[in-house]
Amino acid sequence: MSTAPLPVALNTFREAVRDRVLYNLVFFALLMMGAAILVGQISIGIDRLVIINLGLSAISLIGLVMAIFIGVGLVSKEIEKRTLYSLLARPIRRWEFLLGKYAGLVLTLVVNTAFMTIGLAAALFYVGRPLVPTDLLILVAVYFILLELALVTALALFFSCFSSPMLSTLFTVGIYITGCFAGDIRAFGELTRNPAMKILTRVISYLVPNFHNFNVIAFAAHGQRIPFSLVGHNTLYAVLYVALLLIAASAVFSTRNLK
Amino acid sequence: MSMPAIEIVGLTKDYTVGFWSKRVRRSLDNLTLAVEDGEIFGFLGPNGAGKTTTLKLLTGLIFPTSGTARVRGRSIDDISMHREIGYLPEQPYFYDYLTARELLDYYARFSTYSSQDRRERVSQLLERVGLASAADVQLRKYSKGMLQRAGIAQAILHEPQVVFLDEPMSGLDPVGRHEVRDIILELKKQGRTVFFSTHILSDAEMLCDRVAVLAAGKLQGVGAPGDIVSLEVHTMDILFELRPGQDLPPGIAHKITRIGARCHVEVPEHELYAVLDELRRSEARLLSVLPVRPTLEDYFLRLVGTEGAVSRGVEVTTT
Repeated sequence: MSTAPLPVALNTFREAVRDRVLYNLVFFALLMMGAAILVGQISIGIDRLVIINLGLSAISLIGLVMAIFIGVGLVSKEIEKRTLYSLLARPIRRWEFLLGKYAGLVLTLVVNTAFMTIGLAAALFYVGRPLVPTDLLILVAVYFILLELALVTALALFFSCFSSPMLSTLFTVGIYITGCFAGDIRAFGELTRNPAMKILTRVISYLVPNFHNFNVIAFAAHGQRIPFSLVGHNTLYAVLYVALLLIAASAVFSTRNLK
Repeated sequence: MSMPAIEIVGLTKDYTVGFWSKRVRRSLDNLTLAVEDGEIFGFLGPNGAGKTTTLKLLTGLIFPTSGTARVRGRSIDDISMHREIGYLPEQPYFYDYLTARELLDYYARFSTYSSQDRRERVSQLLERVGLASAADVQLRKYSKGMLQRAGIAQAILHEPQVVFLDEPMSGLDPVGRHEVRDIILELKKQGRTVFFSTHILSDAEMLCDRVAVLAAGKLQGVGAPGDIVSLEVHTMDILFELRPGQDLPPGIAHKITRIGARCHVEVPEHELYAVLDELRRSEARLLSVLPVRPTLEDYFLRLVGTEGAVSRGVEVTTT
């Protein structure tokens, strides 16, 4: 097994740290502190619900912004700045480079999300509520957010291999939004009587990643049980989708001329 | 017979340009070339001649439209070929959030060095290219010349047998150029092959065992600088000084260029002694007599022509 992706991944992580990407944690900490102080004063008995909802939504949104905006530049920035030239002249295959870049950004997102989760736990602790077993659901929700981010990163990386950062952003955001409504699109197709529309909606709903299934923030906030089968299903779904996207990205990038 | 270090056969590269009406532009046209092991080989040509295209093809950054190339017997498609080569891109740009030490350490991780050897090799190279004192400064604070040195260091970091340098003297001051020349000569002493592109012809003349000249994507000539540039002397350059109040020697006055007391005259070889006799008669002070040899630059300019000083490839078909 080649170890070439490892240094690329670590360097991508180092780049994110040095470019002060993790400064978003300060924003998140302020948000959580403000929420913890305010919520205690304005809500009666629903402080837990508000904090968890707000915290998990912020974790998801900040992660998405990072995954998309850093993801679309993973390859194109290296080509544009020509940092790739002296790297690819070394014994590293192009797919290994892509895998390293992908792993580096996912590592950044994991570290960032871990710190934000600690911040959320601290905010819950601040509002004076003892930890209860259903709080573990927060970890499941965070895990699903990470799966979602891993998928979005793979999408952004895929587009980054052949289009400009602006177009890649548009494509990734477009697919993400479509994917959030994949279930609704399919339901619409079942309601319509137009056979062409039926087929079209079905194709779209199967083709785009179904991001709706990864959103269990409401379950975690209300302490409702999340089926274990969903954890397995989402994990498998994300792994397969990411693998497909990385294979497609490698196929595109392996034949690309670096002019 | 030993295997050539670099063997290029019929290498051609076309690019498709245009959005609505697509045209094919040929950047490199049927290049066939062999570079021997241990040679310093200069690749000359004006801007847009296809030098960088050739280097990118040889390093696997772009793919040929047709033709093949091998480096030390390995096809350029073979990933193991990359262990044999080092590459300095034109106007190198590196991760500017890294220091030079971190950059070299990063690249060294793709070689087989142990962590101890890696640290030692990096320090040794930083010293060699004159960056030891700035080793822990981020590259974003480096000047162009310092970046070029870092680029040369990364190209020879893993002790490759074949080193490709794209315009290695670009952006360097005279001291830097002298140091790079020393590094290239040192690589040759170590038995390595250096293939470098340049448009600074004096560097090529000084360093290269052989040179190739490329214009508009086509190979124009290849050989030792001495073979390419004829050693035959046709004219002589004479420099002399007039004594105070002395007039120009009457027989050659019309040929003389005068700056103050110093005079300079270029004469055909067969007239040399007649002119020297004239100078002796007029009691001028002779300073030097030098043969005028055509330079590589003369050859180059003649070959590519003044219009070819900037060539941008050739459009070959319209689709």
